[in-house]
Amino acid sequence: MTSILSSAYAFAVNLAGEAAEQPSSGWFGNLWNALKDDFVNNFITQKRYMYLLKGLGITFEVTFFAALLGIFLGVIVALVRSSHDKLAEEMRPGFLKGLLGFFNFLANIYLTIIRGTPVVVQLMIAYFIIFATSNNKVLVAILAFGINSGAYVAEIIRSGIMSIDVGQFEAGRSLGFGYIATMVHIIIPQAIKNVLPALANEFIVLIKETSVSGYVGLQDLTKGGDIIRSRTYSAFMPLIAVALIYLVIVIFFSKMVTLLERRLRNSER
Amino acid sequence: MSAEKGEVIISVKDLKKHYGGGDIKALDGITTDIHKGEVVVVIGPSGSGKSTFLRSLNLLERPTSGTISFHGTDITSKATDINKLRQKMGMVFQHFNLFPHLTIMKNMTLGPTKLLGLSKAEAENKAQALLDRVGLGDRANSYPSQLSGGQKQRIAIVRALAMDPEVMLFDEPTSALDPEMVGEVLEVMKQLAKAGMTMVCVTHEMGFAREVGTRVIFMDCGRIIEENTPEQIFTNPQNERLVSFLQKVL
Repeated sequence: MTSILSSAYAFAVNLAGEAAEQPSSGWFGNLWNALKDDFVNNFITQKRYMYLLKGLGITFEVTFFAALLGIFLGVIVALVRSSHDKLAEEMRPGFLKGLLGFFNFLANIYLTIIRGTPVVVQLMIAYFIIFATSNNKVLVAILAFGINSGAYVAEIIRSGIMSIDVGQFEAGRSLGFGYIATMVHIIIPQAIKNVLPALANEFIVLIKETSVSGYVGLQDLTKGGDIIRSRTYSAFMPLIAVALIYLVIVIFFSKMVTLLERRLRNSER
Repeated sequence: MSAEKGEVIISVKDLKKHYGGGDIKALDGITTDIHKGEVVVVIGPSGSGKSTFLRSLNLLERPTSGTISFHGTDITSKATDINKLRQKMGMVFQHFNLFPHLTIMKNMTLGPTKLLGLSKAEAENKAQALLDRVGLGDRANSYPSQLSGGQKQRIAIVRALAMDPEVMLFDEPTSALDPEMVGEVLEVMKQLAKAGMTMVCVTHEMGFAREVGTRVIFMDCGRIIEENTPEQIFTNPQNERLVSFLQKVL
């Protein structure tokens, strides 16, 4: 990323030099000069590209750790919900059944609240109310986006668990595996594989959702672009640049997922 | 019935399984003993409860009432560790239920390494010996989707055997197979019976029942209607429902 930007910088400086020697003429030349000036003004002057670079770092940091937290929460909530669906009928009344029912109740409240409110509102509540005493914006953003993502990941993984044939479960149990061991060794690996495209999509959504971090003053990629815009009073270059960077990341990530899926599929043929 | 009988391994008393608050009686009072070395073949029309009966033996179905004892331990009791007991009861399913995300070798070593505490090498040696025994020694590194139905079912049988079970439960093991693959699976089951394995087998293969079974149970409407040696069942059936069933299937 840095090398691309620095070569772009060198290219721009070079262009600026040539332009000084040999002024262009005609409408194309004028447009070219205007764009070039705009580019220099937005990204080169005062090293303004650093806003994008640092913002990108924050975006990656928040997305990565939020995704980890989301998968962790998602798997647990999915296990609680699908265990409740599968086991509640055949369990004997008692402490365990009550406990599972209680956790299922909590999981449902979590899913309802998180999926029923906008992520930007959740982020602001986290920053201005729940963690009002903390000034660690990155950590608060990771928690807010991770907790948000967990709700969606939970439903994705639950649908994956439910899609596995009940015979797989019975085969595991009949060998002598307990409920949890059957889940861990037999059901979850197959479920994750089945929902990998949906999980990847959730990750892509998460990357883009972190663009609202600016609401709590966290300088992510989007906020970086917006700061440049507010300094230069020119919106075109910084905002298009921000959009292109997101686009490149998403395309790259989609490509990686396609490769991963193909590899997983090959392992069975 | 055969003259000398081994010790009782599984004892079933007045087993009932009701659905829908008692409206549907899948099992309506089953009482029988499974002795060591027996090959018990359960036959009957579809919906007679024979699969439910078999699946109750290792508690894949939880009975509504009645008891099932394994070596004298009531397996329906809360105090019983059902996972430990299931290790002693191998089960083979109609639809094989191999684990599609694991190689054949991993399918066979998962249980022994995680549950019996075998080392990877020990488990693999044992699995390889079992695979060789059923003529699939060269498929250890294949995935289930690369195998035919008959091969899958043979793998499913040896996967269960890798746990060193005392009794093997077969739930219509040949019903999902193409006709030309039935033979290879039945051959493995015959070998197993000859080697003295205690078996309970729900099947529509009357030839197998006749040739290998030591006892045949005929079920209908959730009850045992008649049980006897294969010879008696097939040549001298008593109950009229059994007579009409045999007329249809033979």
